[in-house]
Amino acid sequence: MSILLDSTTKVIVQGITGREGLYHTRNMKAAGTNIVGGVTPGKGGSTIEGFSVFDTVAEAVQTTGATASCIFVPPPGAADAIMEAASAGISLIVCITEGIPVVDMTRAMLVVHEHNARLIGPNCPGMCTPGQGKIGIIPYQIFTPGPVGFISRSGTLTYEVVSLLTAAGLGQSSCIGIGGDPIIGSTFVDYLKLFEADPQTKVIVMCGEIGGSDEEDAAEYIKTMSKPVVAFVSGRTAPAGKRMGHAGAIISGNTGTAQGKVAALQAAHVPVADTIFDIPELVQKVL
Amino acid sequence: MKIHEYQAKDILARYGIPVQPGRVAHTPDEAEAIARELGGPVVIKAQVYVGGRGKAGGIQFGDTPEQARVAAQKVLGMDIKGLTVEKVLVTSKIDIAEEYYLGIILDRKTQSPVVMISKEGGIDIEEVAANTPEKIIRQPIDMRWGLRPFEARELVARAGLPHHTIGKAGDILSKLAKAFIESDASLAEINPLALTADGKVQAADAKILIDDNGLFRQKEYAGWAETEESNPLEYEAKQAGLTYVKLDGDVGIIGNGAGLVMTTLDMVARAGGKPANFLDIGGGAKAEIMYKALRFVARDPQVKGILVNIFGGITRGEEVAKGVIMAQSDLPKGMPIVVRLSGTGSEEGKALLKDAGLEWGRDMREASEKIVAAINTRGAEAHSAAVHQPESRIE
Repeated sequence: MSILLDSTTKVIVQGITGREGLYHTRNMKAAGTNIVGGVTPGKGGSTIEGFSVFDTVAEAVQTTGATASCIFVPPPGAADAIMEAASAGISLIVCITEGIPVVDMTRAMLVVHEHNARLIGPNCPGMCTPGQGKIGIIPYQIFTPGPVGFISRSGTLTYEVVSLLTAAGLGQSSCIGIGGDPIIGSTFVDYLKLFEADPQTKVIVMCGEIGGSDEEDAAEYIKTMSKPVVAFVSGRTAPAGKRMGHAGAIISGNTGTAQGKVAALQAAHVPVADTIFDIPELVQKVL
Repeated sequence: MKIHEYQAKDILARYGIPVQPGRVAHTPDEAEAIARELGGPVVIKAQVYVGGRGKAGGIQFGDTPEQARVAAQKVLGMDIKGLTVEKVLVTSKIDIAEEYYLGIILDRKTQSPVVMISKEGGIDIEEVAANTPEKIIRQPIDMRWGLRPFEARELVARAGLPHHTIGKAGDILSKLAKAFIESDASLAEINPLALTADGKVQAADAKILIDDNGLFRQKEYAGWAETEESNPLEYEAKQAGLTYVKLDGDVGIIGNGAGLVMTTLDMVARAGGKPANFLDIGGGAKAEIMYKALRFVARDPQVKGILVNIFGGITRGEEVAKGVIMAQSDLPKGMPIVVRLSGTGSEEGKALLKDAGLEWGRDMREASEKIVAAINTRGAEAHSAAVHQPESRIE
């Protein structure tokens, strides 16, 4: 078991003929993902490296029965691509694109909700279910199947921590990079609920960072969970009012500080790692 | 992206929101000329990217063009929170009877812009928000429609604005929402929204932030970007396409991925160092980018050593190593560099670094400790050299 993605999930790639899209499509296939085709408007009817290309998502869904989509469309068209996927009945949308205007995202989210779709990202590395497949750009070689559910707002930090877990013999059930933008499709609480219900997952590692209040909301929800959660929060040395790379990583006034998040998590009895190197030990303790 | 008050008012005026007439002056002469043109008493307002201008003395008045000149002389060149005033907005003075607050911010929770209105606007709005939040009406905008005029009227009425202002203030609020959405703003504020003694409702001050992600289609506003004097390096970095934030320590930091770089800053702080900056080279960077990033970080005179922390995925270790080696000869002589590589191409990268005599760390903890130690050692050597100097002179 795992959440959202397994080896049977039929996945299409929006923007499959682009340089990034094609490169990562190959990697996804190599990771075991069931890629059933891709979409590039104007290139429908052709194939690329054996993958069927469609003009529209609706057409791709009709022909292949795809239920998941990975979006590599550049920022000006990415929100439209999300809406297209949701409208065509795709239930799991993973948007890798960084740099989507926030106003576009406010509109895209309305359509995602209207169709009861789940959006991961945008501005995220995607997700991986070790041994089964991945959607996005996460390097799957660092994973090994196991009991740890993993959620993080960052990409490379995810890879760091997963490598530490794998090295410590702690495999993962599913791993999700939730995205670094202020408006993202699903938050920590959404994924915690899925992991709470997943039989394979025994413990969840959550890597947060400064900005917003998703970690505080997660702390509230964790109080009601039966499974243990181990957390890490980055940006303890970040100054207020500065955007630290991610569009969403900014302390505004007193909200969004690492200290506030750590305090909220500790109040929910969540062990918070001082450094990423302490995470495997904390996980072992609660397993 | 921050813009100035005069630019924010320019945007509002395009949407038909009443603002006082006025223009920007860079010299006292210009200020006097604008005051003469406007006729009557004027306000001289410092145009800098910080709040609290009034309390800092950055807002002055002049009843005559001559007085306007004197006022501008006072404000131009003034230091406000570390920023030098280089231009002032000269506008007609208005007789304000009441001050309201209209604001729109992007709200993460509701995933939409949220309107905020208060009958108690003016410079103390932050206190109102902190102490009496019930005096601020909040309402998310339904992005299917934008803020429709009837909704805007309802909101200003709920906020308790007087009956005779509801039509005008409602109209201004719905136009503000339109301006917010169409300008790719992440914040738009009118504070105060002034009710004048003669019954007019107008934007006496305005603040707008533009979403950086929207700048590709807001070409005119993108052209308004200007260097923040306190952070010239950040401005240059942005123009060069680097994600760079200046901090106040002495350990330069470069990594790939925002979360990883942030964690590296924290790790350096734990090792007893003070980060000088945040620099994210992004995914898939080639040697050229690494070279550029190192040279850029070293331009900060406070930087005494640089830590490079790369988790290789689509970024390859040997490219990173090549970039570091290329930059080595361009950096100040003897400046310590510690590189930590893992993942794709890290073995090849490490071999290159070893041949070039460069330090590397096994993981980000070891690398952080090494760079902090190297900076401290160098500092101690420099210190002892300085102490020994007078003795050698005596000899």
